Amino acid sequence: MFKKVFIFIVLIGFALILVESYNFTGSGEELNEIATRYAEKGPDEVGAANLVGAVLVTYRGLDTLGEVAILFLAASIIGFFLKVKLEEEKVPRKVRKTSEILETASKIITPVIFLFGIYVFLNGHLTPGGGFQGGAIIASGLVLMLLANPIKKVNHSIISIVESISGFAFVFLGILGIFLASGFLDNSFIGLGDFGKLLSAGAIPIIYIFIGLKVGSELSGIVSNLQETQKEEI
Amino acid sequence: MILKIIAIILALAIIFMALLAVLNKKLIVSIIAAGAVSLFASVFYLLLAAPDVAMTEAAIGSGLSTIIFFYVLNKIKKDRLENV
Amino acid sequence: MEQISLAHIATFTGILLILIGLWGVLTQKNIIKIIIGFSLFDTGTHIIMVGVGYLKGKTAPILDEAVNLKNAANEIVDPVPQALVLTAIVIGLGITALMLAYALRLYQRRKTLEINNYNDLKW
Repeated sequence: MFKKVFIFIVLIGFALILVESYNFTGSGEELNEIATRYAEKGPDEVGAANLVGAVLVTYRGLDTLGEVAILFLAASIIGFFLKVKLEEEKVPRKVRKTSEILETASKIITPVIFLFGIYVFLNGHLTPGGGFQGGAIIASGLVLMLLANPIKKVNHSIISIVESISGFAFVFLGILGIFLASGFLDNSFIGLGDFGKLLSAGAIPIIYIFIGLKVGSELSGIVSNLQETQKEEI
Repeated sequence: MILKIIAIILALAIIFMALLAVLNKKLIVSIIAAGAVSLFASVFYLLLAAPDVAMTEAAIGSGLSTIIFFYVLNKIKKDRLENV
Repeated sequence: MEQISLAHIATFTGILLILIGLWGVLTQKNIIKIIIGFSLFDTGTHIIMVGVGYLKGKTAPILDEAVNLKNAANEIVDPVPQALVLTAIVIGLGITALMLAYALRLYQRRKTLEINNYNDLKW
């Protein structure tokens, strides 16, 4: 009885705090100062058409670095926790045969999914998209491959090599920005190019390639760790 | 005007699916309802003029998150069937 | 209908989702249901954040043929909350996967998923 009253009081307290957020939504008619400066100076300084991508990689690039570090930490802790013991690994796993529709369709659809994921993060500075979306799509392609033939073991060393090289390259490009341009993760050390073409916006496509590969391989590693703790079918 | 009506319908669908996810007794219905909340929220982000966020929420929220829940549920049910 | 703007609908939905998720965390007994409650809490917070940046009648912050380049500051919504929410969604997935790995290992030790049976730390 006391517990229910206590939970009710906690929820009412939270609701009263959250109602304060009505004060700063939907009341303005024009952008505030920071957004105006990003909108006006963005195409000249950064050269990217996708303003959200420009904010994410150059203006607030340090937050992206922190996010990449947290994702790496979470993936390594999951890999540590779900480690299959050595004597369980030697037993051959018998799995039930998957349905024919899934097997045939996955042979056609999986390369298309990988191609689409690479397209999304390669064009991240021109259209909606970018590294995170492309990485998630690549991980979904890997899930389809794992669902179609569950016996196939994913090579963990390739995943960890790709992930480590991508993370290292991301930080290396940031440090190159310190020496050749004006700050950490500044993208103008390559040359900004024409606005709206594929090879524009300096180092942003290259940074997006490495972020996309890193996020894709990390999410694939998480999913394959969870998949390998499945025992055989009854 | 029509945009607001669509937004109100989406909001009601989100809240109904969220209540279904928390209140139902079976775990499978809860997991699928959580995936449906992510799906409707992704369409809602599109109405709020945020296409990047909509793409990310659709790929991660209603794709990968639901798959991870089902892997763990499968493993737990296998263990329970073997040890009973 | 004219006083209720789209941002208000978004804020209201987000607040309700946060309260439903929190209620699920506080009252449910199954560990997997608690994790689902956390995931709903995350989604509610993201909806509120994207709703803060919305301005009435403006379009997405991508500078292509639909937006006049010289006048861009008067035609787009705020791009900063969208960048923050993008990062937050990916991290939310990582946290959910981590919690599920913990739940799996807890189940393999004690063979139960009810949270009432885990009273090692109770005093």
